Amino acid sequence: MLKRRDFIKLCMTATFAASLGEQLLPIMREVLAQKQVERPPVVWLELGSCTGNSISLQNSFDPGLEQFLTEVVDLRYHWLFNVVQGEAATRVLLDTVEKEAGRFWLVVEGAVMAAADGRFNYVFSRDKEMVTGLAAIREFAVKARHVIAVGSCAAFGGPAAAYPNPGGALGVWKAVGNKTVINIPGCPANSDWITGTMSHLMLYGLPELDRYNRPKLFFGRTIHELCQRRQQFEDGIFAAFPGEAGCLYKVGCKGPVTHADCPLRLWNNHVNWPVKAGAPCIGCANPQFPDGSMPFYSHLPDIVTPVGRVNVRKIGATVATIGAGMVGTHLAAGVFSRRIHKHFIDGTKPSDPAPPESLAEVKQELDDIIRRQNALLSETKRLEENEARPRRQALLQRIKNFWRTEDKEGKDN
Amino acid sequence: MTRKVIFPVTRVHEPLRAEVEVEAGRVTDAWVSGLLFRGFEAIMHGRDPRDAVLLAQRICGICSGAHAVAGAMALEEAFGVQATPDGQLLTNLIFAADVLQNHLRHFYLLVLYDYVAVSGQGIMPFVAQQKGDFRLPHTINDEILEHAKVATLMAARAHSMMAIFGAKAPMQQTIVPTGVTEAASSDKIMAYGSILRELKEFVEQVYIGDVLTIAEYYPDYYAIGRGYSNLFSFGMFPAPITGKRAFSPGLILKSGPVEELDAAELVEDSNWSWYDDQAGCRHPNEGKTTPDIDKPDAYSWVKAPRYRGMALECGPLARGWINGDYRRGISVMDRIVARAREAFKIAGLAEEWLAGLTPGAPTLSRYSAPPKGRGMGLTDAMRGALGHWLTYEDGKVTKFQIITPTTWNFSPRDTQGVRGPVEEALIGTPVMDADNLIEVGRVIRSFDPCISCAVHLFEAK
Repeated sequence: MLKRRDFIKLCMTATFAASLGEQLLPIMREVLAQKQVERPPVVWLELGSCTGNSISLQNSFDPGLEQFLTEVVDLRYHWLFNVVQGEAATRVLLDTVEKEAGRFWLVVEGAVMAAADGRFNYVFSRDKEMVTGLAAIREFAVKARHVIAVGSCAAFGGPAAAYPNPGGALGVWKAVGNKTVINIPGCPANSDWITGTMSHLMLYGLPELDRYNRPKLFFGRTIHELCQRRQQFEDGIFAAFPGEAGCLYKVGCKGPVTHADCPLRLWNNHVNWPVKAGAPCIGCANPQFPDGSMPFYSHLPDIVTPVGRVNVRKIGATVATIGAGMVGTHLAAGVFSRRIHKHFIDGTKPSDPAPPESLAEVKQELDDIIRRQNALLSETKRLEENEARPRRQALLQRIKNFWRTEDKEGKDN
Repeated sequence: MTRKVIFPVTRVHEPLRAEVEVEAGRVTDAWVSGLLFRGFEAIMHGRDPRDAVLLAQRICGICSGAHAVAGAMALEEAFGVQATPDGQLLTNLIFAADVLQNHLRHFYLLVLYDYVAVSGQGIMPFVAQQKGDFRLPHTINDEILEHAKVATLMAARAHSMMAIFGAKAPMQQTIVPTGVTEAASSDKIMAYGSILRELKEFVEQVYIGDVLTIAEYYPDYYAIGRGYSNLFSFGMFPAPITGKRAFSPGLILKSGPVEELDAAELVEDSNWSWYDDQAGCRHPNEGKTTPDIDKPDAYSWVKAPRYRGMALECGPLARGWINGDYRRGISVMDRIVARAREAFKIAGLAEEWLAGLTPGAPTLSRYSAPPKGRGMGLTDAMRGALGHWLTYEDGKVTKFQIITPTTWNFSPRDTQGVRGPVEEALIGTPVMDADNLIEVGRVIRSFDPCISCAVHLFEAK
């Protein structure tokens, strides 16, 4: 059997030529044949969803849907696929939960609709009693071996939870309390993320998760870091309208603050992904999606974060709340917008394309800034590891001072 | 007389409950309910209108492309801009790919298991099997199950095709007002064309064949599920520049001639829906409702859209009738056959659009959005007529309304007691075993319901 380390390497690199599944399937077969592991029984519940993640799963290649269902998992209940209907289907669901307690995996798609005590969403009926989605996952989650939230709605509430959140949508982890929920966000989640996470669970157990419980092997790096247009960002070549050549930062790309491997993995059998197609990343794998990403076509410093709207003055505070991993990218965003602020704002308005900019000048400054940003970033990472609070605060102070001095010099804000 | 409930109705998109009254082996009355409320229009309120295309798509994972197209149309009208010729062709190609995946999945993943017996080798969860009226001979049965395996890959290929110009699928990301952000380079045209050819062959040689085989063994379904016979469509796939639609809009009442549809006469009724609305019928632009889960007698989150007091059916069969492509009848089987034939027609149209692309031609144009505006985007989605109505001021959406196809088809009763189209179609359906309402499931699935789309809040404004 493949070593866990090799598996992770495979997941993180096997994205250019061969697909993930193409390499994983033979391993799976071998493992299953030797009865080292068994196909796990899976119950897939759809709550406040659009079915997009089930469609994404159906879009999987290598393994295709059929292979996935016959060779990887033992899908017992999913109301989109179950042959039987009504009571007979519910019986399958309840039997699995009961007989396979402690063994079955609970996959949830869609947000938990928590308003009105869950009555905005019913999922089945038992003894003539209608059961809400909220009640169902609370009951099933404790019995499940693993709880997996597929898609941004199930993970963090997603579009269903966007302001004003009329249905009281919640991510599964908020609804089930202290059970570990593996979050596979994305709108929808890429099929590789779904099949890859499940393969890891089956072969090696729980994958390493980040602070939002996302598997690091798919969500460990930012879109910005992996982007094909990254060099154009560094070179100061920016598209002034979606669809044009150049980095899409000015027309709203959320790549710098979005952790996902789309640029490498691509979508739908590796044919394309948004930035490659001229469309800015909308940060759909972010915990704050979509509110934190909107307006989609406005550039980053305008985005709303848990501490309010991010702008240059608030960067220090943002660093503290958002976490070290995102410091550098936010910094870059802040710094960058500040240097050529007015042109940026203009550039996002379709009515007023950006005027030509002295790119050479910008580039030189950016190089400098990126060096400083990298230095700060590595410092922050080290701090996070040590969890040395005083030093962390000292760093925050340094970052704040960094801005303060610049303010005194009277540059534009 | 017995009352029976199917909940959940499986192999449909999202929670659907059906209650039927059965007497002497026939359905005598029916109630269908959507049981999920998310409230999407309220979410659109106050946001940048340009975001409508991408956010509205999130209503539905199976027909995301249709919402993008309707959203972009509404914005084009509001901004006073027009799609570039190549932008329009690319939009059509993205949407066509989405329609093809939907039709293949509808038949091979959702509908098929109503007619084909699963003997432990299908690909669905088959821990429990349907019993009852399955008529296909063993060999044909197994052959179609084999086709279903290929079809799941074909449908995934159709979504790859969509992603070639749409960046990803579902929830494409490239459609914007005036066109598409992706360029029509020759390599992409070739890639799209090669998948399209494969799909077209599959539709022609396998899909249509399987549909007709099933129709041959279940001929009585040509007489079941007729409904009101009121059909309508907003049309779809506008041509570049002229805007003439490849599928024309229209209305057919009681199998009469094709009439023009007046969009101003659409109203929505929420008498039997969980909304607090005292005013009865309203035009979608004036909808004024808040959710009220404790409303007595209400049974669905879906509202009841009506046209001059009538419940209308929409979908591939309606498009077939209106365009003269398919006029055999109106029934469960007609819906399935018309859909397969439409898939073939759309594959042919996509070939023409692909041939009309010029590599390097602009696929969108820079536009300036006026400070305020108002637009309407009407198009057919896979399963019927879809409308977006949008108003914005000071760069912020002030009103956003959507009526989806499933809202029409799966509407509950209205104040006058007129049943929704599916409720009506269920009347008279023969039932062999009242504990196993397989026939009722067949009627419901022929409409390709998508409840995630159907349920939405009409914004108080």
